[in-house]
Amino acid sequence: MSRRLGYDGVVLASPVTIPYERFSTRGAHWFLGRAMRALVETSGLDKAAIDGLCATSFSLAPDTAIGVTEHLGLSPRWLDYVPLGGASGMIALRRAARAVQTGDAEIVACVAADTNQTDSFRRSTAAFSQFAQDAVYPYGSGGPNASFALLTDHYMRTFGARPEDFGKVCVAQRRNSLDFPHALFRSELTLEQYLNSPLIADPIRLYDCVMPCAGAEAFLVMREETARTQGLPHVYLLGAIERHNAFADDPIQERGGWAADRDDLFAQAGIGPGEIDFLQAYDDYPVIIFLQLEDLGFCGKGEARAFVQDNDLTNAGSFPVNTSGGQLSVGQAGAAGGYLGLVEAIRQLSGQAVGGVVPDARYGLVSGFGMINYDRGLSTGAAVLAA
Amino acid sequence: MSMSDHGPSPKRRNPVLPPRRPTLPPVARTRHALGLSAAAAIGEFALQECRECGAVQYPPREACRSCLSDMLTWRPDNGAGTLLASTVVRRPYELYFREHAPWPTGLVRLDCGVSVVAFLHRACPEAEGRVRVRAYLDRAGRAVLVALPEQEVPDMSEDPLLKAFGNAPKGRNVLVTDGRSDLGQAMALAALKAGAETVWVGVSDPWKAPPGFKALEETPGITVLSLDVTEGQSVETLAGQIGGKVDILINTAEFHRTHSALSRRGVETARAEMDVNYFGLLRLGQAFGPAMCSRAAEKPKNAVAWVNVLSVFALANYPQQGTFSASKAAALSLAQCLRAEFRSSGLRVLNVFPGPVDEDWNQLELPPKLAPAKLASAIVRALEDGIEDLYPDPIARDWHERWRADPKVLEMELTA
Repeated sequence: MSRRLGYDGVVLASPVTIPYERFSTRGAHWFLGRAMRALVETSGLDKAAIDGLCATSFSLAPDTAIGVTEHLGLSPRWLDYVPLGGASGMIALRRAARAVQTGDAEIVACVAADTNQTDSFRRSTAAFSQFAQDAVYPYGSGGPNASFALLTDHYMRTFGARPEDFGKVCVAQRRNSLDFPHALFRSELTLEQYLNSPLIADPIRLYDCVMPCAGAEAFLVMREETARTQGLPHVYLLGAIERHNAFADDPIQERGGWAADRDDLFAQAGIGPGEIDFLQAYDDYPVIIFLQLEDLGFCGKGEARAFVQDNDLTNAGSFPVNTSGGQLSVGQAGAAGGYLGLVEAIRQLSGQAVGGVVPDARYGLVSGFGMINYDRGLSTGAAVLAA
Repeated sequence: MSMSDHGPSPKRRNPVLPPRRPTLPPVARTRHALGLSAAAAIGEFALQECRECGAVQYPPREACRSCLSDMLTWRPDNGAGTLLASTVVRRPYELYFREHAPWPTGLVRLDCGVSVVAFLHRACPEAEGRVRVRAYLDRAGRAVLVALPEQEVPDMSEDPLLKAFGNAPKGRNVLVTDGRSDLGQAMALAALKAGAETVWVGVSDPWKAPPGFKALEETPGITVLSLDVTEGQSVETLAGQIGGKVDILINTAEFHRTHSALSRRGVETARAEMDVNYFGLLRLGQAFGPAMCSRAAEKPKNAVAWVNVLSVFALANYPQQGTFSASKAAALSLAQCLRAEFRSSGLRVLNVFPGPVDEDWNQLELPPKLAPAKLASAIVRALEDGIEDLYPDPIARDWHERWRADPKVLEMELTA
């Protein structure tokens, strides 16, 4: 396999969040519009200076990214559409970074937005994919709760993880969200409350599930000189990977594509897992955090339970995870959930945190996971960012 | 017992409560996935297989995931596998599933190398126990997979899942539309034996006292009622009496002569065949169908199934019984229409395609011939299994196999 080029000189700036709402009467275009406006305002750039657009949404139909250009009066010379759920942020970032490196675009806006209307989650779950429609949804229509319940059940049986191990992650993330102004959940969660919460799809409990909501996340990708000229606080992209449909012959998912590519990631970044100051992991549902801890090399296979118990995962702790509270506490604004950790990592590493701060953070790892097309998540991605 | 006595009155729903509107599991499937449902309709579990490289795959696709061939076919699978993980869906999104929650489901690794999401019979072992997967039609008439314990267990069929997917006569009110024939009488007895609460049997011209009629009339649990499917008024009258209580209607009414098109001049016999076999079904459908549909979600008892005793000659004309074949082909076409119209309620249609039944009008047919009692018990089993098309005997299965392979070749074989 040929060696990947690095991402030298590519930076990320202008982290933007459009506050989340449980339900909204607005469409995805409204949230995309607000996010673009926020990017323009925080960056001080002219709208026309943004010459690349990567849009992510599950609720844009019948439009795709092209409809967004006319809707918002943009005329980019580079356009992409990445509706890949929880992996969208990683993949949008990689593509935008390459566009900037090659000069196909000067400044790329990566924007993820989804609306959430009553009953829209059921409808999107029913028609999420052909395989889901044919071979998952007719089995009780439990949606992602049921799919992740099977993966969680298998993981617990195989590696001995217990509900309190998953609970510790949920409780720590809730602690982190108490300081985060955009979080929908901002009251303390105790382990006891977690363990006493009702079963939704055994062994998945209420507090293992994210709450679908409406909202948007966005950031800009540009060359370092551009950011300096604009006076924009920015972070560096040291390495990034993506993988789709990895380990298709595994009878059930107990590892993600990160395991295939993590050596590349750290080689590209020039650092190891031990130097990472915080992890923004995809957290719908807690078992997936366990897979990321293992497959990204923070611990061995099956050891995430011990890792979680040995570490304090709060922002002031030994290994901060999901410093804004993650989707579990902030909410899941559709595919924008795949940008949440990335936008938060840019904030943390560029001195723009709006909630709790990880002290002296130098390196952050952001990870994405998405698209349960049938019985497993198909898309994984990760990126190492540096202050 | 007089003809106007309708027998013991079944339990009624509380009239103060609003009627329960039918809800259904999701019906949408891609075209290439419907092969699974088509196999389940005849009680088979089949998986997609590549004709070029032999790879088996699930969910169904439009290309082989191994060699990218589009030469895909369906092959039966024994369903043997290992349960890898299980869950209980307690908060479904769809109304139908909400109303019947919780739903035990799991992921099964079949021995042939594919992982399938399946419902779990409550006697299934824990993961990583051995199970066997079968395909059932759900209330929407679409295939779903169910993992069963590897060995039979007592009260296997009492599992809530199998009860929901099946249409068992047990505890239900059954109407057999014609009790004059051997099959009609055997059907009434078989339904009773299967635990039906009430069995009504229609008989036209009871004064003719057909053979076996008296014994039928005296059987406890069976009530004989006047019904002539060629008379609209007769059908409407009976529907007015019991139409709101029938849970399973089994149409055994049949006019059977053995003529080709040219062996008898005139259309009287053919018209009589059409009048019973086709128009009789249409009259029954119009009189009983809407009320049964409206009761498809009722509690404590609901209407579940409509059975048509057709003939395998409905698939392709058997010239020795040419006009009879034509009338059964017409009935089959109408039965498909009824199935489509009943679909949204969850009321299921079972079409039965027997080969020659051992009865007087088939005197000149060579054996094997299907004994009426065997046909009746096969129908009961088909109801319990919730299948949609029944080929109950070797001749029927042989015809069906030829027809499936190539209907034109079958026609040529029959007219040789």
